Amino acid sequence: MELKELFLESLGTLTLNKMRTGLATLGIIIGIGSVITLISLGQASQKSVQNQIQSLGSNLLTVMPGAQRSGNVRSATGTITSLTYDDAKAIASSAQITTVKNVSPEFSRRAQVVAGRNNTNTQIIGVTPAYAEVRKVSVSSGSFITQRDVDAVDKVAVLGPQVVIDLFGKGASPLGQSIRISSQSFRIVGVTTSKGGSGFQNQDDMIFVPLTTAQKIIFGATNISSISIEAKSAEVMTQAQDQIGYFLLARHRLDDPSLADFSILSQNDILSTASSVTSTFTALLSGIAAISLIVGGIGIMNIMLVTVTERTREIGLRKALGAKKKVITYQFLLESIILTGAGGILGMVFGVLASLIIAHFIGLPFAISPSSIGLAIGVSGIIGILFGWYPANKAANLQPIEALRYE
Amino acid sequence: MIKVKHLSKIYRNDSVETVALDDVSFEVSQGEFVAIMGPSGSGKSTLMHILGALDTSTAGSYFLDGEDVSKLNDDELADIRNKKIGFVFQAYNLLPRTTALKNVMVPMSYGGIPKEERLKKAKEYLRMVGLEDRMDHTSNQLSGGQQQRVAIARALTMNPKIILADEPTGNLATVQGLEIMEIFKKLNKEGHTIVMITHELNIAKFAKRIITLRDGKIAEDRKN
Repeated sequence: MELKELFLESLGTLTLNKMRTGLATLGIIIGIGSVITLISLGQASQKSVQNQIQSLGSNLLTVMPGAQRSGNVRSATGTITSLTYDDAKAIASSAQITTVKNVSPEFSRRAQVVAGRNNTNTQIIGVTPAYAEVRKVSVSSGSFITQRDVDAVDKVAVLGPQVVIDLFGKGASPLGQSIRISSQSFRIVGVTTSKGGSGFQNQDDMIFVPLTTAQKIIFGATNISSISIEAKSAEVMTQAQDQIGYFLLARHRLDDPSLADFSILSQNDILSTASSVTSTFTALLSGIAAISLIVGGIGIMNIMLVTVTERTREIGLRKALGAKKKVITYQFLLESIILTGAGGILGMVFGVLASLIIAHFIGLPFAISPSSIGLAIGVSGIIGILFGWYPANKAANLQPIEALRYE
Repeated sequence: MIKVKHLSKIYRNDSVETVALDDVSFEVSQGEFVAIMGPSGSGKSTLMHILGALDTSTAGSYFLDGEDVSKLNDDELADIRNKKIGFVFQAYNLLPRTTALKNVMVPMSYGGIPKEERLKKAKEYLRMVGLEDRMDHTSNQLSGGQQQRVAIARALTMNPKIILADEPTGNLATVQGLEIMEIFKKLNKEGHTIVMITHELNIAKFAKRIITLRDGKIAEDRKN
């Protein structure tokens, strides 16, 4: 008996009991569908996080204060006030550091902002003009913070477009108006161009003020929160990291690099950390989805066992008429492969649609890799063989007389 | 054609031994029409299963068409059943929800006959048993007599050496049963070797030879 014929026959048998076939397949549809959905959403969020991190600037190194050790006690990063504006100036002007293009010291903290009757809580970030270069920020109207503003400790502010909407409404032009940050009045001198970011560190939802103003007038601090540094090219990132590291160690009079009161993160580090976090989550979620796939497979096995019992007489008859073991095995194996194969294909369609819809609603880029489609079909085929094997063998090993006598 | 020598079959169920066949020997030649009779428990069904290569004997030998069937494995037995034996069962045993035509083609599909030839032969045999206008009916749309005729057509397709009929009229009304027996008689006249199990004397009368079993032994073997 040819395979094609067996296939058609199995297909015919399956269509005889549509309800049962449908329910058995449903388990696989849900299993494959959820695996595909979760994998593609995972890949989409990974892509989105990468895009966001890259939109923060290119060839970016970030010097963070803290992580100082005293003995074996290590404090949390960022709790130490060890970085100053002078550190940033020194890096920028040092002759030893040859690989750095721009140095942007920053001081950021959240604060309540009031404009007329509206108020909002947002990120206030004290910057120097270098920030615009390093972080690729441009203004859509007015101008960005200037060195003169920084030197004069001016009370001027540049607003992100989201802040403008929150405080003045859509389409408003707030240039020249004033806002109050921590009870101090600030004149608005510019609005930045929208970057369209979302999630953490939304660059549209920030207020930029001169670094000195943020330190002295708003928050009363002497340190800075971080220094963003743009390296000259991607190739010299590691070199730049080393140069800045040794320079700061010397400047802070630390001999042992393990005692450093700062840390330098490169964009690649952040990227790979974020990627590993999202891929861990993807793996975790896919693992959970895989459990439902196994449950679906057991459902198939159950149905096939019921089918074998129900068709004992038919199997006996087929053997009496000359069907060899192999033919019976193939017949039942094919049935379960057809079940899981159909479930796999439908589940794939369902998964792709679901991830399209979800990606659309939560604003993620849609990503579906051919590998996950191959995975779906491969896995469902394997499940068909794995869970169909036992029932098929059981059928093939029935003794023809026992099977014929079976009522 | 059939040569059975000192055939025994003992069923072991836990510690209880049941002797179903006890040293049975006989021969059936080409073109014979043999009825095997006996009360229930006489071993006639067991004998039938062994003759049909559905079961193997505990001791003794069984030659079918010169081949020692008692020495074959499962797949070789399947081949014997497919090519040398045509079965007609008491309960017809057609595939449910399957057309007469497809039912008749089942043994040929296991025997590796090409598709066109299968269709041609199936139609030919269905015509022979008088079902040319019922070919596309599924088995549940056919009467008992019609189903049994489909089963006979199915038994003939592989051109078997013997036809084994197990109470072929057992589930049928008398008139339909006689119709079926007429078909067997005709087949025998055309040269087919037929071995039939029955416990009805008026059915056994159609055979040329009657073997009577009692307690697993041949009690009588006579010409009819």
